[in-house]
Amino acid sequence: MIRSAMLCAALALSSAALAQGTLKIAILGPMAFVQGENHWAGAEMARDEINKAGGISIGGKRMQIELIRGDTNEIQSVPDATNAIERVITRDKADFLIGGFRSEAVLAMQEVAMDYKKIFLGAGAAHSKLGLNVEQNYDRYKYWFRITPVKDVDLARTLFAVMNSIGQQIRAELKTDTPKVALLAEKAVWTEALVAAAQKNLPAMKMEVVGTWQPSATATDVTAELSAIDRSGAHIVFTMLSGPVGISVGRQMGERGMKAVAWGINVEGQKEEFWQAAAGKAQFVSTLDTYAEVEMTPKTIPFVRAFKARFKKAPTYNAATYDAIMILKSAIEEARTTEADKLVPVIEKIEHVGTAGTDTFDKRHDLVWAVGKTAGIAVQWQDGKKVPFWPPNIKGMQPFKMPAR
Amino acid sequence: MLQDILVTGLVNGGVYALLAVGFSLIFGVARIVNIAHTAFYMLAAYCFYALQVKGGLGFVPAAAISVVAVTLLSVLCYRLVIEPVREHEAAVLIATIALALIFQELMLFSFGGHYLGIPSTLEGGIRVLGVSIPYQRLLILVVAAAMLAIVWFVLYRTRLGLAIRATANDLEVANLMGMNVQRIAMATVALSVALAAVAGVVVAPVFVVDPFMWLAPLVTMLAIVVLGGLGSMKGSLIGALVIGYVEAITVFALPAGAYLKGAVALAIMVAVLLVRPEGLFGVAFEEER
Repeated sequence: MIRSAMLCAALALSSAALAQGTLKIAILGPMAFVQGENHWAGAEMARDEINKAGGISIGGKRMQIELIRGDTNEIQSVPDATNAIERVITRDKADFLIGGFRSEAVLAMQEVAMDYKKIFLGAGAAHSKLGLNVEQNYDRYKYWFRITPVKDVDLARTLFAVMNSIGQQIRAELKTDTPKVALLAEKAVWTEALVAAAQKNLPAMKMEVVGTWQPSATATDVTAELSAIDRSGAHIVFTMLSGPVGISVGRQMGERGMKAVAWGINVEGQKEEFWQAAAGKAQFVSTLDTYAEVEMTPKTIPFVRAFKARFKKAPTYNAATYDAIMILKSAIEEARTTEADKLVPVIEKIEHVGTAGTDTFDKRHDLVWAVGKTAGIAVQWQDGKKVPFWPPNIKGMQPFKMPAR
Repeated sequence: MLQDILVTGLVNGGVYALLAVGFSLIFGVARIVNIAHTAFYMLAAYCFYALQVKGGLGFVPAAAISVVAVTLLSVLCYRLVIEPVREHEAAVLIATIALALIFQELMLFSFGGHYLGIPSTLEGGIRVLGVSIPYQRLLILVVAAAMLAIVWFVLYRTRLGLAIRATANDLEVANLMGMNVQRIAMATVALSVALAAVAGVVVAPVFVVDPFMWLAPLVTMLAIVVLGGLGSMKGSLIGALVIGYVEAITVFALPAGAYLKGAVALAIMVAVLLVRPEGLFGVAFEEER
């Protein structure tokens, strides 16, 4: 009852804001952390670009975008995230919601957004359940769309595609038929399916799994794990790391002078600050990523360069809040309304050429996975620079390098 | 595999010893359970980062300023926060938790939630028994040994050490004998936090500096001092090595359960508490009274 009353009040107040010619978009993210900084930075770029061009056109009337900064603090506290989304809806009268990073927090925020029937464009969480909710209960969850990244199952497809490419290079350079792979996955829910898939798929790809090591996501010391991996003779360390342990792995592999090369998901490795955080030791560490100065789409390079010029660092995937706002703009201008129920079918049919890829949505409102479109890119740290190397057919890719043996 | 366990356990044990000895000292002497101990370690790491990486200072001046600044801060905190509630153990516990959280939030506000790296003081490494060991980790071992020697010298070869030990034995009698027990407690806090600050300066280059870096070592350190015996320096040293080896054995024997190494350390702590509440080298609670 209280929730219904608040919903009515929120809708009435947001209608009043719309009448004043301002579209309020809440950017939700952990603002004290890199993820939130990129959420906000990408959104600022979209806002400034749109407002400078006169705003969003709705049936001949132009509306300016106003961003609301919603600090979710979700890395530290999931309740903080639900409080933040509740606040931007009820107090700040947000019309649309964009952002989120940590799956547990985004799942909770998704519930709040759906209670208020607000369009929520995800820009950080990969858990499949977010899209599965849409499929299983469309009427309630239809307001959710995932703009970045692709869902966890599709992340795995990209990982194995790149792994196959690296495996071929190792076979050619090291004259070995069966490259040895050590799985190094932080102990977390999101890595469970990936570890099982790796253990099953790698032997089928003619690669030998020499062992599985699972440190804590918050571990700062992996010397024992790396010592064991070194002893196993692994050629590739298949990383599945989202926490600071990714920095420890990069740094300590370098300090130990390991001959194995790291490939996989290393969220810290995607950040511009990674090289410094790893004290310049993370040579040849590679990771799945989203942005680089390569022609994923005609918009990618101009966006990355403009972002670097403005913020003095490269964007991470969370900066695809830029694409989320542009998708919203296209949908609003096409539907000539800001009503969520009328925008949903328009977004479902959209094909948006964004900065991170070319986006289309499936029945779960997840991105349709395709190499060269939404599958992302692979990058490797070489002499302090993040060098893109996959997919090879994209203009701007460079060779993948291995440690000298 | 045996040589990996031997070398890895020793090196990691050295890191833990450096942290645990200071904590044990302050409890053994002043009976203060200073939960903020590793928060001072975190502050020293940030201070060192700011001076060396951002300020461009060399290792020695940056390390010296960091250790002195954090030690002075600890004295201030003792006078303002701990001393007024020192008679109430629960209040001290809560006050030091609050201090640690305040330091954490201050660092989060000042530096953001970014993970920061400090370049190694010594580059390169050697292979021992086929195991690669960076020089920085060997430096930690050397510093840990030197710190233990210095603490031993202060406690057993100086008047201050005599006063500290007398206070530790019986605070009331020491007070009646004319010793300024408050000042001795303050000196102990300073000595203890100085050790944490040295650990921050020496250990931080092999880890990652972030506002939450004080939490994980705090848990491990508690396990070590309980295992070795609350207040026993010798116990802390041996406890640190035991935990270092237990963690190494866990990782090597159970690779897929590497995340359990912290839990195994805590399980040992609980087991020791059940069987021998005073720890391996601690003073039995009954004997204290």
